[in-house]
Amino acid sequence: MGNKQTIFTAEQLDAYQVGSLCFVINTSSLFILIQKLFYRYRDLAPQLVPLDYTNHPDVKLPYELIGSMPELKDNPFRQRIAEVFSEDGEGNMTLDDFLDMFSVLSEMAPRDLKAYYAFKIYDFNSDDFICKSDLEKTLNKLTRNELTDDEVRMVCEKVIDEADLDNDGRLSLEDFQHMIVRAPEFLSRRKPNNITYILIWF
Amino acid sequence: MDDGDNKKKKTNGRGAPGKGGGRARGRRTSPVSEDEDDEEDTPPRPRRAGERRRAARKEGDEDEDDNKASKKKRGGAANRRRGGDGEGGDGKKGRKGRGKKGGKGGKGEEKGDSTGKEKDKDEDKDKKKKKGSSSDSNSGSEEEDSMSEGEMARLMEEVEEKKKLIATMRNKPWRMKRRLVLLKDAQQFVDKFEGALGKGKGRKWFAYKVMMTKKWIKFQRDFDNFKTSCIPWERKIKEVESHFGSSVASYFIFLRWMYGMNLVLFGFTFGLVVIPEVLMGLPYGSIPRKTVPRPEQDTAQDYSVLMDFNGYCKYSVLFYGYYNDQRTIGLLKFRLPLSYLLVGIGNFGYSLMLVIRTMAKNADVGGGDGDESEFTFAWKMFTSWDYLIGNAETADNKYASITTSFKESIVDEQENQKDENIHLRRFLRVLANFMITCSLGGSGYLIYFVVKRSQEFANRDDLSWYEKNELEIIMSLLGLVCPPLFETIAELEDYHPRIALKWQLGRIFALFLGNLYTFLFALFDEVNSKLEEEQDIKNNSIWIMKEYYANFSRLTNDTEATPPPMNPADVIRGPCWETAVGIEFVKLTVSDIQVTYLTILIGDFARAMIVRFLNYCWCWDLEAGFPSYGEFDISGNVLGLVFNQGMIWMGAFYAPGLVGINVLRLLSSMYYQCWAVMATNVPHERVFKASKSNNFYMGLLLLVLFLSLLPVVYTIMSLPPSFDCGPFSGRLKMFDVIMETIDLDLPAFMGTLFSYAANPGLIIPAVLLMVLAIYYLNAVSEAYKNSNNELKKKMQLARDEEKNRRNNTDSTNQVMKDLEDLLPNRSFIPPPPPPPPKAEKPQPEAKPTKTKPGSAAKGVKVQKDVALASPNPNARGPVSQAPTPRAGPRPGRGAPAN
Repeated sequence: MGNKQTIFTAEQLDAYQVGSLCFVINTSSLFILIQKLFYRYRDLAPQLVPLDYTNHPDVKLPYELIGSMPELKDNPFRQRIAEVFSEDGEGNMTLDDFLDMFSVLSEMAPRDLKAYYAFKIYDFNSDDFICKSDLEKTLNKLTRNELTDDEVRMVCEKVIDEADLDNDGRLSLEDFQHMIVRAPEFLSRRKPNNITYILIWF
Repeated sequence: MDDGDNKKKKTNGRGAPGKGGGRARGRRTSPVSEDEDDEEDTPPRPRRAGERRRAARKEGDEDEDDNKASKKKRGGAANRRRGGDGEGGDGKKGRKGRGKKGGKGGKGEEKGDSTGKEKDKDEDKDKKKKKGSSSDSNSGSEEEDSMSEGEMARLMEEVEEKKKLIATMRNKPWRMKRRLVLLKDAQQFVDKFEGALGKGKGRKWFAYKVMMTKKWIKFQRDFDNFKTSCIPWERKIKEVESHFGSSVASYFIFLRWMYGMNLVLFGFTFGLVVIPEVLMGLPYGSIPRKTVPRPEQDTAQDYSVLMDFNGYCKYSVLFYGYYNDQRTIGLLKFRLPLSYLLVGIGNFGYSLMLVIRTMAKNADVGGGDGDESEFTFAWKMFTSWDYLIGNAETADNKYASITTSFKESIVDEQENQKDENIHLRRFLRVLANFMITCSLGGSGYLIYFVVKRSQEFANRDDLSWYEKNELEIIMSLLGLVCPPLFETIAELEDYHPRIALKWQLGRIFALFLGNLYTFLFALFDEVNSKLEEEQDIKNNSIWIMKEYYANFSRLTNDTEATPPPMNPADVIRGPCWETAVGIEFVKLTVSDIQVTYLTILIGDFARAMIVRFLNYCWCWDLEAGFPSYGEFDISGNVLGLVFNQGMIWMGAFYAPGLVGINVLRLLSSMYYQCWAVMATNVPHERVFKASKSNNFYMGLLLLVLFLSLLPVVYTIMSLPPSFDCGPFSGRLKMFDVIMETIDLDLPAFMGTLFSYAANPGLIIPAVLLMVLAIYYLNAVSEAYKNSNNELKKKMQLARDEEKNRRNNTDSTNQVMKDLEDLLPNRSFIPPPPPPPPKAEKPQPEAKPTKTKPGSAAKGVKVQKDVALASPNPNARGPVSQAPTPRAGPRPGRGAPAN
């Protein structure tokens, strides 16, 4: 698989290690991990991504490719995920964004970080608040529009009623975190029927 | 002093955010001794009351601090902005600034701790000045004459800061690019100066720790998955649950539980009774009880006969009569009769224990219907999607299950919100109960009447077909008509479907008890007649046997020669009522299986087929209109299962094979019903959440267990066993086997021991003791329940209060926040020194409260407590510093004493 100098410089690797993927400690496994990730990234579009990253090429993969990854393609929020993690906000990802996304979605990522990104994912209109329309969108994505309008409205009202601490009719990040860190499933995704992992390299 | 601090901040180019940064600094204790894994051990820091949760977990703690730091860095904005855009340079600067200042602050505090006597005095003055205000008292502790300290400490602190930044960078919601820039910067700094300081050894250990944690988590997850994949049918049940809701799934979970229990019963029965008999007992045809009698031999293999469990079936290990009464069999001297009795009793014991244990466990789980959590809907909304799902089928199921669970919660919620005319509803409920009681009473009387009549009919010969089968017809008619009737009446009550299901179950259960009653009644009649018949045959067969021998000796004229034994097929034998009872139960079970499966096939499958395919050429919409698809009948299925289990318990003693049949039934039923429900049924109109504990099912099961225990124990204890079949033949009572074992096999003193134990003088006190124990435990559990409720109420109250406070008092909230920010600091800074010398001698106790009168939080309380405990002013101080009282930590105290 070539040696690491062909893709990254040692400094780059080191930077990635502490920068995001610091769950992997020794350099050899870090190298393997980043290489794996890199090839995942590159396999999405071999013609676009160069094999040499030492001089920081400016490459972006379009959302269509990112969203078709097996980890994301069945996720109702895949578009939002891509948008949130991409720098341009449109779902087009550089390698850095890509690494970013996986490091946040990895199981070792700290809870607050996850909560922060979860908030952003659910905040569809990016106004830093989860308002009713965001909730409705979320709900409709989760249930594939199978609830009636009344039910959707009721559920959204209930959610705001439960989680909105400052009574401004929408959820701020604080409200969201306050609520989400109490959820039993938030961090430990060990539900019985999950045999598949999003993080296949771990 | 405060001014000075601020000035310094300004010179550092930071301005407003200095307050937060300063605080963060002030808390850094003895930075020199800390390694870079200090991020794991940072002392708890003060938090803004409203803005942050108090993290319980270390990890949370760690990154919380970081987030906080980053927040402060951004000028204390109330809401954390997205980390990314356009803040890169700024943030970097902030970081740097913070790092530098951190160095100073930390050092300053160190100094304060160790040497700053006068400084503390000053600080105290300062405090007094600003008494009651919400400004940053902590700044006092940062009183800086840091310039006098060498560059070394500052550098060290800075390096620490940078390293910390590096180590915690992954926790920050920044873009990768920005991280990299920051990182490069920080790392360069560290590289440059670290060498000079000769540090960085803890890295390996930290790395090792993190790696091990990761491995451990992964292992745990794998193990969990492994455990889950070991639970049989988990996937199937989840699938059903995702489409039909937890109420339907609860039936399947119950079914699975039953299967598990029956598997154990099967293990006992087959391992200790059936297999030893097959392996070590006499083979078929060796003795009369193991041979088909000659008159039956012609038809013994006919299908119809076998289907009635006669012929070869009757004389097989499946039934009681086949077993021999030899005390021991085989080389191992296996005591089969004893084992038979003990297994029979043990089955009941095990079932009782299991049912009760499960009930207790369920009650422990919560038992409450519906969850009373704060965030039902919010959690459902934000955490129900599983981000690990990577295949389309699973995703489909997940969508379905999320929708279902939302619907369940909506139903619950609607029920909560409903408040119409309560009087009308009460009236309707009373009316409904009245009607149902009437119909139950009516059907009870009907059954009683029919049973009476059938007893009359039993003595007559000229019966029409109807009269012969009247009982069965009436029973099945009742079973057919009543449940839907009850359901219709229950509409009146307008209960939540979950509660309605319980009522429905209870009512149909009461109806079915009639069934059970008639069945047992008929059975005991039969047994009694068999017993009489047996008496005749017993005498008869002895006579025949004598005659046989007499004939033999007469024919051979040789009294010495022993006659060849009679052909076992020719021996006259009794009716063997135990086998008859066993056959009855087996037949009942088998017919029950047939009926259930046929009902599913016709009632659900055929109906679904018709509705589906005839819909293309029909004049109205079959799917939406009249026949529609069937719903899964939870109550009927649960009760079917419960009563079937009752049959098994009653019959297992007389037909050991019945347990095996039942295991097969449950196994096939699992697959068959899962398929049927997925293929042919539609979800209930109002999908509702099952109560978390299905203790109601368990309760029914317990009742049935008790009811089926009675007749079996009665027969074991009071009826004489048949004289020529079964393991207890030749004994007066079945339990004589135990006496026999005690007498013959156990040492003599055991026998006396048992006779003592059976003494009424011992038994009565024992019973009394048990009653007392029950009473005591009951009282205790009652008390616990009360206190539990009380706590729940308090929690609810506290929650409401908190919410109210957050909602209403935004302005006071600010003050409170600041106060709370200040207070916890006190455990890390030197205790507030006494006011200038004059205030010192007279009233040391009153001081601590005075130092901070405006604050009502715990920091003060701690001090007060300590003060009360030790009137000596010199002994006062925060608890954290108690261990080294005379040294540096309390210079403020030391000064006046000197």
